Amino acid sequence: MTIKLYFEDINIGDELSPWSRTTGFMNWNRYAAVNDEFVPFHMDDEAGRAAKNEQGAFGMGNLRYAYIVNALRDWIGDEAEIREVGCQYRAINQKDDVLTVVGKVTEKRSENGENLVTLETNVTNQLGDATCPGHAVVVLPGR
Amino acid sequence: MSEAHDEESMITQDLVDQKGVWGNERISPPIAESDIRKWAIATYWPEKPPAIYWDAEYALTTKHKGIIAPSDFNPFAWPIDRPPRPKVSNAARKGSKGKTGLNGGQTDTYGVSMRPGDVIKARSRLKDFNERQGRMGLMLYTFTETRWTNQDDELVRTRISTGIRY
Repeated sequence: MTIKLYFEDINIGDELSPWSRTTGFMNWNRYAAVNDEFVPFHMDDEAGRAAKNEQGAFGMGNLRYAYIVNALRDWIGDEAEIREVGCQYRAINQKDDVLTVVGKVTEKRSENGENLVTLETNVTNQLGDATCPGHAVVVLPGR
Repeated sequence: MSEAHDEESMITQDLVDQKGVWGNERISPPIAESDIRKWAIATYWPEKPPAIYWDAEYALTTKHKGIIAPSDFNPFAWPIDRPPRPKVSNAARKGSKGKTGLNGGQTDTYGVSMRPGDVIKARSRLKDFNERQGRMGLMLYTFTETRWTNQDDELVRTRISTGIRY
């Protein structure tokens, strides 16, 4: 059992370890395969353009959400819990975008015997655009 | 009259009637260890996913005492029988408005983790809706609540998802 992050060590303003992926068909097709999400505009440039995205096919919102979950899991380790994740999809994930999950601690509190830490999160692209503003709550072990 | 009333409304009586009504229960097939492993590989690609999702021996040493699924894992992928499109979507497709749909986002609250062997039950309802002017003219926002429980009736996840039509 390895504890990666203790509640007592968290401070308001602490940042999530950045978590990045360069996205494209290699990622999208794998995600389509596990989530049964074979929507034409995620698979085919022509279908993407028909859906009014000039650059062609684009990535799934659900995969961006998965990236947020993964970034949180990697940050908190296996001896902690993800309690809540919320996000809004504000911009399209274009092919070859470098998506980075970012987050900052905004609150910490103990409630009903649990150590809760709230973060403001986002997924930015290589241009610095905030594509997916949201929040997360994790439960951390205490010392 | 407000600006929102100058365009054709997408709010139908059907939509109004559906608000708060829970739909039929769906039941997932038992979750397989390989389902979890493949999900983790796909969402971590091209890097290796954490051992908690695929290494049973390691997972036993953690507080979870076994492999767990990533929080966003979908046990309802790949059904034998495809469920019909949710009525909430069809209800919005009235006239020329509402033909374009967007995934506006979601908020998930998690309970117990999903594990190999779990069978997940899901029920959904239209929690709320509203219509307002946006970049694409009159836009319909629907908020759907979906609750997942496991075979022991423990809460696994509550999702509030936002659908947008214009």
